[in-house]
Amino acid sequence: MDSSEMTAAPLPVLEPFKGVKRVPLEEYYTSGHRTCQGCESALVMKLMVKAAGPRTVVLGSTGCMYVANTTYYSTPWVVPWMHTQLGSAGSAAVGTAAGYKALMRKGKIKREPINVISFCGDGGGVDMGLSAISAALQHTEYNHLILLYDNESYANTDIQSSGSTPYGAYTSFSPAGKAKRILHRRWKKNVAAMLAAGHSECRYVGTVCASYAVDFMNRIRRALSIGGPTFIHSFDPCPKGWDCDPMMSHELGELAVLTGIFPLFEVLDHRLALYGKSKQIAEGRQKRLPVRDYLLKQGRFAHFTDDDIDYFQAKVDQMWTRWLVPGVLPFQADILGDKPPA
Amino acid sequence: MDADAAAVQAAEVEQEALISGSEAVAVATKLVDVDVLTAYPIRPYDTLMQYVAKQIADGEQDAEYIVAESEHSQFEIAKHASAVGARALCGSSGVGWCYAFEAIAVTPALRLPLVAMVGNRALDDPGAFGTEHNDALAARDLGWLHVWVDTAQEALDTTLLAYRVAEDRRVYLPVAISTDGAFLTHSQSLVRVPPRAWVDRFLPPYDRGKLVLHPDNPITIAPQVNEDWLMEIRRQTDEAMRQAPGVIEEAWRDFRAIFGRGDGSPFFEEYYTDDAEIVLVGMGTLSMPVRVVVRKLRAEGQKVGFVRVRWFRPFDYEGLGALLSRFAAIGVVDRDFSMGSPFHSGVLANEIRATLYAQDRRPPVASFISGLGGREVTIPNVREMFELTRRAAESGAAPRDTLWIGVRS
Repeated sequence: MDSSEMTAAPLPVLEPFKGVKRVPLEEYYTSGHRTCQGCESALVMKLMVKAAGPRTVVLGSTGCMYVANTTYYSTPWVVPWMHTQLGSAGSAAVGTAAGYKALMRKGKIKREPINVISFCGDGGGVDMGLSAISAALQHTEYNHLILLYDNESYANTDIQSSGSTPYGAYTSFSPAGKAKRILHRRWKKNVAAMLAAGHSECRYVGTVCASYAVDFMNRIRRALSIGGPTFIHSFDPCPKGWDCDPMMSHELGELAVLTGIFPLFEVLDHRLALYGKSKQIAEGRQKRLPVRDYLLKQGRFAHFTDDDIDYFQAKVDQMWTRWLVPGVLPFQADILGDKPPA
Repeated sequence: MDADAAAVQAAEVEQEALISGSEAVAVATKLVDVDVLTAYPIRPYDTLMQYVAKQIADGEQDAEYIVAESEHSQFEIAKHASAVGARALCGSSGVGWCYAFEAIAVTPALRLPLVAMVGNRALDDPGAFGTEHNDALAARDLGWLHVWVDTAQEALDTTLLAYRVAEDRRVYLPVAISTDGAFLTHSQSLVRVPPRAWVDRFLPPYDRGKLVLHPDNPITIAPQVNEDWLMEIRRQTDEAMRQAPGVIEEAWRDFRAIFGRGDGSPFFEEYYTDDAEIVLVGMGTLSMPVRVVVRKLRAEGQKVGFVRVRWFRPFDYEGLGALLSRFAAIGVVDRDFSMGSPFHSGVLANEIRATLYAQDRRPPVASFISGLGGREVTIPNVREMFELTRRAAESGAAPRDTLWIGVRS
């Protein structure tokens, strides 16, 4: 063991849960929040800390999971929790982990594994805080997990479009109008793959969906126990922002995966692998469902014409048939020849 | 203290070092055993972090030294380190300070005793590296303690004081130490560097107690309070700022006892004021040309003096009010501007006017803006300001609006 290993912050041992019946009953995110009916991100918070366990500190950047969760005197967090600014999920993780590391090395606090989890929404993670998250993933001496809960809009402030909003979606910043049916013409950022490709020393980047709860929790446990900075992108259906029935949240998460719109993958020590249903799609063991099945269950796509749906389908097909790696690496010279419908 | 410890203590002596204002703060971070330091480049404050980087690289300092990707992240990282009980330091200059402003704005309400060095710099555009005080002053109302220093020695000493005051449970507010760009950050002078043992006597460990963010202490920090509680929390921050003067005085007394430096008020420094008829008032390294002119005018028989405001927040309105009301006229020199403010003054002049309003005797206040963007405040400039102040004393009235001194017309 060299000196740097002796001074490194200790890591927890978090074995994967072998099936849903082996998941502990204890909750560290409980009653007290006032999230919307059907809020998948609330489930994400619950599963995230359930997977992490009690020796965990959670930092939350501005967004739904701040505003709805932490009304003064009614916090749902059993573990310590601290707000951080909208663009600061990365910096909060670094500062917290660095503080513990220095205090443990100097003998000012007990040397023990402490899970540091910093979460952000897509506004905080895909837009404003991307630079700080990128920097955080470079500081390999600090152990932490940054979790992006992606509900595909600034859902707390009235459903405004973000860099993670899907093409064409109706938001309060991209309404369907008389002159322009589609105002949000940006394709959703491929954020997890971007961060994995751009930070070669980062040992774990993954995508998750809480519809697959055990897979979800085991990826949290893997990210927290591997060491260094890690990143997980969670896909979170949002009834308020997506204009769908609250009881559809779980199903829409599954459909996003089954239609191939949101591939599940992880990059573990440079080894890239699709997993779950996405792996089965890639291997031809699971039929990829048409995106129509997913889009038409949501009011935010109600203004889509058949041409729009065909365009969306073609883009997803392209991802699965022509990308270097589906959902991960879009490099393919002839992609630029395709144009969205007018 | 047992006999052996006393002997060790006695053997510790101060060392003299020829160092700049920035290096003095870097040395102070070693003395107080800062746990987490965050850096991002902008001139002139970045020299502090260059010295820190060398100290870390040479193994002279045991701390987490983090080069951030922006000032915003720099201040956020330091803020969160402070929340888990780590002693943290960061800093910036000019528009870099502005880039961090969101983090700067929220830190006081979190009651985090972060210490930051501001290398005062113009808010360019248009491009300028030099001293202006508008960067630090932009945060003057938010609950940061603000102190201006004028020598490298004072920069070192004030860093020790800053942690002592900030980490006092009665205060728990961040402190910004303003050092004039180039004039202080880059200018070397002989500094007495105290031994670590003296600093340990002066500064207790940072103990965040029941407010620490740790799994053993499951608290929620900075929840949504809205109109239900925000006003009470603001009032608590206000109360902490009201407690700060007493804590500063206590720290100043202990500092003098241990280090043998620090006469007079901690809040402002007086120069030839005992029998002065008129004085100039200013902050930072303005003291250098003003002291020279005070001595020259004294040699010519004029009873002039200088008052250098150190602590701008908390503002010692009682002490300064009592002192300044004594004089026949006052000239306030701002190295900043406050566009459209009363009398088109700088920030300090209007603070002084407000302070004097509560006094029975209110001498005329002439106000000046000078030395912006790092422009030198020259000996003739200072003579001119004293002359205008003298005329205000004689006529009983100062020019109504602020005069810009040393500016092309």
